[in-house]
Amino acid sequence: MAGEKKPKKGLNLNRMEMPRQDPKERIKNFNEVALGYTPEMAIAEAERCLQCKKPVCIDGCPAEVKIPEFIKLITEGKFVEASRKIKETNALPAVCGRVCPQEEQCEVLCVLHKKGAPVAIGRLERFVADYEAEVGAIEVPELPPRTGKRVAVVGSGPAGLTVAADLALMGHEVVIFEALHKAGGVLVYGIPEFRLPKAIVQREVDYIEKLGVKVVCDVVIGKTFTVDDLLNEEGFDAVFLGVGAGLPWFMDIPGENLNGVYSANEFLTRNNLMKAYLFPEYDTPIKVGRKVAVVGGGNVAMDAVRTALRLGAEEAHIVYRRSRAEMPAREEEIENAEAEGVIFDLLVNPVEILGDEKGWVKGMKCIRMELGEPDESGRRRPVPIEGSEFVMDVDMVVMAIGTGANPLVPSTTPDMETNRRGYIVADPETCKTTKKGVFAGGDIIRGAATVILAVGDGKKAARAIDHYLKTGEW
Amino acid sequence: MFRVVRKREWHPTITELWVEAPWVAKKHRPGQFVIVRVDENGERVPLTVVDTDKEEGTICLVFQKVGKSTFHMGLLNPGDAFADVVGPLGRPTHIENFGTVVCVGGGVGVAPLYPIAKGMKEAGNKLISIIGARTKELLILEDKVKAISDELIVTTDDGSYGMHGFVTDALKQVLDRDEKVDMVVSIGPVIMMKFVAKTCEPYKVPLVVSLNSIMVDATGMCGACRVSIGGVTRFVCVDGPEFDGYQVDYDELMQRQQMYLDEEKRALEKFREEHPEAFQGVC
Repeated sequence: MAGEKKPKKGLNLNRMEMPRQDPKERIKNFNEVALGYTPEMAIAEAERCLQCKKPVCIDGCPAEVKIPEFIKLITEGKFVEASRKIKETNALPAVCGRVCPQEEQCEVLCVLHKKGAPVAIGRLERFVADYEAEVGAIEVPELPPRTGKRVAVVGSGPAGLTVAADLALMGHEVVIFEALHKAGGVLVYGIPEFRLPKAIVQREVDYIEKLGVKVVCDVVIGKTFTVDDLLNEEGFDAVFLGVGAGLPWFMDIPGENLNGVYSANEFLTRNNLMKAYLFPEYDTPIKVGRKVAVVGGGNVAMDAVRTALRLGAEEAHIVYRRSRAEMPAREEEIENAEAEGVIFDLLVNPVEILGDEKGWVKGMKCIRMELGEPDESGRRRPVPIEGSEFVMDVDMVVMAIGTGANPLVPSTTPDMETNRRGYIVADPETCKTTKKGVFAGGDIIRGAATVILAVGDGKKAARAIDHYLKTGEW
Repeated sequence: MFRVVRKREWHPTITELWVEAPWVAKKHRPGQFVIVRVDENGERVPLTVVDTDKEEGTICLVFQKVGKSTFHMGLLNPGDAFADVVGPLGRPTHIENFGTVVCVGGGVGVAPLYPIAKGMKEAGNKLISIIGARTKELLILEDKVKAISDELIVTTDDGSYGMHGFVTDALKQVLDRDEKVDMVVSIGPVIMMKFVAKTCEPYKVPLVVSLNSIMVDATGMCGACRVSIGGVTRFVCVDGPEFDGYQVDYDELMQRQQMYLDEEKRALEKFREEHPEAFQGVC
């Protein structure tokens, strides 16, 4: 084509596609949608990497993964070594390979991206992590001598698991306290099986336990123990708070307490953590409507709407007040939802949920929107179109409009500052809170975000905690 | 962990278990609850802690067998263990010396009421307790409540024991007396609490009720337990379980408790086929 530079010889601008379950089949099961590379595919994709002298991809990785180095090992067929290379800086490769938004992080910076498809770094990360586990080669690196210092990690989501792993590798004794009955936080209660199989999360948790980290479930910090109890009575030298942003938001419109209205958190927790899709083999039930509306446009909304389809909904809608371009969900997840037959009702906002005489959802009154001037987030503000109200025929509604800070820990830690929105105030570089010996990271310091940002916080916090434990300097 | 150490069967459908949970026993205050899971496939069930033995590190749970999970829990014997016990959850009861406090408990609600009544008595209040059941066999904890009360009135719906009538009938009599009542605390079926509120209203006596809604995580994460309090949505698990009895939308709460009726029935029938022994003495 005229005007376009011809690619250099040997430059492959097309990435290796990753096999997926057929959409028609996959909406009938909860098995993982993406099937992963074969060794041949992985080598072929890895060979596309230019092995840049100054690898800019790493700048995009909050977990500081040595990307070109692990990819080089793949081209040599050294898959186990490649996985261990990643684990030098990131304890959760099988998770991050699946749920990181690589397209906005490492891959967007890939030099190949200027001309064509960037190297599929995430798919390669996932491949080597799975390979290492499948051949049973997971090995614990040699641990340094024990320092005798004890750290309590509150919450076993991505931030907590990362900080725990890094501190264990530095020789500290670490105990993770988890409020739920299973470790993994949002990785087990929030992200569905079809996107992140729970066996894989368990594998990463097992690995961290092999590093000597103790995981204690069924302990709610703020209730069973306070942060001060951990520091003063339970003998911990430092505390890391990675409790997530777990408080679900509702829209505050009439009818939200009708039967058949769920928060996305509840809908997903019932299904993922409690395995309600296997009811009555598992005791926790879940309701599925014939026609389900999921309100919101983020990854959680996509997870919820695709779960509803798999549970047997005849129709599953995304109801979102802006247009497709403003949706915060990953493009890949939106495409997956579209392929599975999710109906997107864009520029639509609910104003009331309508109930029948027994208190069940029978419809949702909505108003059409148009985009006005950009707001503080830079996205164009949705404005209601007067007189455009209509009733959607739905019998179930899932609110996936975001989550906020859970006050359980802050409210019982009076000398630790929180901001106006209830999030814990922490130094972005060190994760230090305003309370001596207490660090915080992940969603509880910035609001609901991504797994990888939580992993990044965990890494920063581990370095700062290590420094604090060694020097006592605050 | 979470081993059952003692068991008492109050009735074929009402069981008391003392369970090892030392951290909960140490921290628990009246009004707080725990989440239990009977086994790895179990659902998360909220139960109010009735009593604790801090030295032994145990907590007392009393529950009525109504669904699969509670019948399953009824099969646990000393030596068996729950998969999980987590707590203490919820806000503790606000206890102080108000003067005269009337505690009104119905059915198995007498169990969660007991620690609150005890706390009120220990704070120096004059304690009048009213406890009721459908019939004499379903009445629980009478001796324990009697031991802490300045006055105890027992009612049965069918007149088989104590005063013939509802707890609200007894409550009205107490409120009609020439004695100032400073506070009423009530726990029982939602419909009972609704009528306790109706009974109290003309007397303008402060009323606290403790709600038992459907929960999953019970740490504020899911919102399954949401209730309308004075028109505002609140979460029972973290904002409650106790609320101003005049502000609760009882009808909405009753509706929400019905959400899984079909599933509960299905799970219970399946369990009955698999474990007929759990249903001995139950019609």
